[in-house]
Amino acid sequence: MNWDWNAVADFMPHFWDGLLVTLEILVLGSLISFVLGLVWALLSRLPSRWVRWPVGAVTEFVRNTPLLVQLFFLFYVLPEWGLTFSALTTGVIGIGLHYSTYTMQVYRAGIEAVPAGQWEAATALNLPRLRTWTAVILPQAVRRVVPALGNYVISMLKDTPLLMAITVLEMLGEARLFSQQNFHFTEPLTVIGVAFVVISYLASLLLRTLERRLVP
Amino acid sequence: MSLDTRDTDPRPGTGPERHTRELVRLEQVSKRFGDRTVLDRLDFSVDAGKHVTLIGPSGSGKTTILRLLMTLAKPDEGTITVDGRTLYPAPEKQVREIRKNIGMVFQQFNLFPNMSVLRNITEAPVTVLGMSKDAAEERARELLELVGLSEHLDKRPGQLSGGQQQRVAIARALAMRPQVLLLDEVTSALDPELVAGVLDVLRDIARSTDITMLCVTHEMNFARDISDQVLMFDSGRVIEAGPPEKIFSDPEHDRTREFLSAVL
Amino acid sequence: MTSGLWELVLQGVWVTIQLLVLSALLATAVSFVAGVARTHRLWIVRFLAGLYTEVFRGTSALVMIFWVFFVLPPAFGWQLVPLWAGTLALGLTYGAYGAEIVRGALSAVDPAQQEGGIALSFTPWQRMRLILLPQAVPEMIPPFSNLLIELLKGTALVSIMGMGDLAFSGNLVRLALQESAEIYTYVLLVYFVIAFLLTRVMRGLEKRLKAGVGKAPAPRTEKAAAQPAGAGGGLR
Repeated sequence: MNWDWNAVADFMPHFWDGLLVTLEILVLGSLISFVLGLVWALLSRLPSRWVRWPVGAVTEFVRNTPLLVQLFFLFYVLPEWGLTFSALTTGVIGIGLHYSTYTMQVYRAGIEAVPAGQWEAATALNLPRLRTWTAVILPQAVRRVVPALGNYVISMLKDTPLLMAITVLEMLGEARLFSQQNFHFTEPLTVIGVAFVVISYLASLLLRTLERRLVP
Repeated sequence: MSLDTRDTDPRPGTGPERHTRELVRLEQVSKRFGDRTVLDRLDFSVDAGKHVTLIGPSGSGKTTILRLLMTLAKPDEGTITVDGRTLYPAPEKQVREIRKNIGMVFQQFNLFPNMSVLRNITEAPVTVLGMSKDAAEERARELLELVGLSEHLDKRPGQLSGGQQQRVAIARALAMRPQVLLLDEVTSALDPELVAGVLDVLRDIARSTDITMLCVTHEMNFARDISDQVLMFDSGRVIEAGPPEKIFSDPEHDRTREFLSAVL
Repeated sequence: MTSGLWELVLQGVWVTIQLLVLSALLATAVSFVAGVARTHRLWIVRFLAGLYTEVFRGTSALVMIFWVFFVLPPAFGWQLVPLWAGTLALGLTYGAYGAEIVRGALSAVDPAQQEGGIALSFTPWQRMRLILLPQAVPEMIPPFSNLLIELLKGTALVSIMGMGDLAFSGNLVRLALQESAEIYTYVLLVYFVIAFLLTRVMRGLEKRLKAGVGKAPAPRTEKAAAQPAGAGGGLR
């Protein structure tokens, strides 16, 4: 095994560029998945089955098919429909949408875990429905779901390299580009491999601290 | 039906030897959980073939003694010997060898839900003692007959009542032909109407075998029936010991009197 | 779509299924070895198994695939057939998640069962084989079912390495037809059907295994979300 520290040094500027893009994807993708997941969760609690059923079918479909193919779909099909986004935007939408079908389950479990007595108390106080949700149910549910959401953020981090397949230059994309130009495969791939392990380890430590704060 | 615990042992029952051979011995045994001392430099021994009952308030260390003997827990200090061989401190191999002579029946039965009643009983004789499957099954059938559950041998433990499960657990322990049988509050988890059936089986075993029994129980009538000796525990020490007639009718220690008046 | 293009897609399905089966087998083996090793009484064994799970769960499956395809061959001088390289990368990555499932299910078995085993003088390995695993395995099936779906989705990653799996065949057909929406919809549907069938099979398996330990199967709602944070919940 020949390891070339010079190659590592040459790669590092590209690595930082890639890391920045990776984190950008992660932050935006997480935001989309948090919001969209909540929308799915609330829609799937509506009384009308004409809403519940399609929401259930779509999210089930998205959750059970590969993110990679979904990214291809968005990347090649949206322009055909006249919607042209940058690769990065497309990728963020794709990963956010994919993960929203997971966060949806987290929210649903969180909402169901709020004791029935809370609903009854809100009814007894004659709170309007919207107020019940925003002031009573969701604040309690969100507290419970933060750890699980955090886990999905960590999982999402590990899926960000898929955006490389639609030409986004995140960490893996940068590593591949560097490899092809300089014929050094080992160093850049190992650097980003270690980076992933380190980042997800730090993130899980952070999450555990957060969990202790939120769930006393 | 044969209920000999050891194929090779002559039944001592009558000889003077029965009263002299020491089978279990604890010397200066201490056990702490955190800063709570459960057993405090305890000394006591049990002779072969004797039935000894440990009584006392809960938390006084009775169950801990059984768990130490079963090697489910380790003492912090002291030595434990069984049949002249050291159980603690001892190398793992020796522990395993000695452990084969000790059986235990648990408060919560601890039957294996993934095995049928029959296999719960035959598994250990086959895999641990190397008994043939046929011999183990024959023995299991005898034992199930003894505990009155012959017709349930293909069922799962979950399909039986608590009392039936506990009788299976007794049969399972006996199938290993232990020299010592440890009984840890075996009726505490049972509905009141199921207690009698289990106790009857144990009385039967106590009468008809030479197994040494160490019993932790709150059933004082049962203790009086089967025991050769009763040990009263308090705060990790034996404060009074003697034959049941003596302990139950004429206790010397105030704590014993208080305890008995509370439970009887 | 012409029949020639359909044939391409079918070949892709076949490669995907081969890859799925092989990497699922490897992942299962790795899950049990590493998961059981994490309960070992020697700390060094526990440590090594823990290190493996943390590292492989920490990294990205796609990075692993790149590593196996590009770093292993020059570093160790062996060039793997793409199918085996894909199997190795996927099996090791998803096996690390599986190891957590196995460890979790083993530690969820009532400790009293261990004590029952000790009281009957079973050796540690006999307790594992006769008591713990038979009771833990049925509990592992629902999370393993989720993991299997994740693995199916993960197999699409090898298309980036040019392996002719289902996702790759989709790209080829797109180039030939310039009909992205249609072909990708088909490809996604095929993945969905495979996932659906796998879920069905796993649920049947769960039912049978749970009957074996005298339990009813768990209600199927919210399996993914109901898992404790950190176990299988953070898969993807």
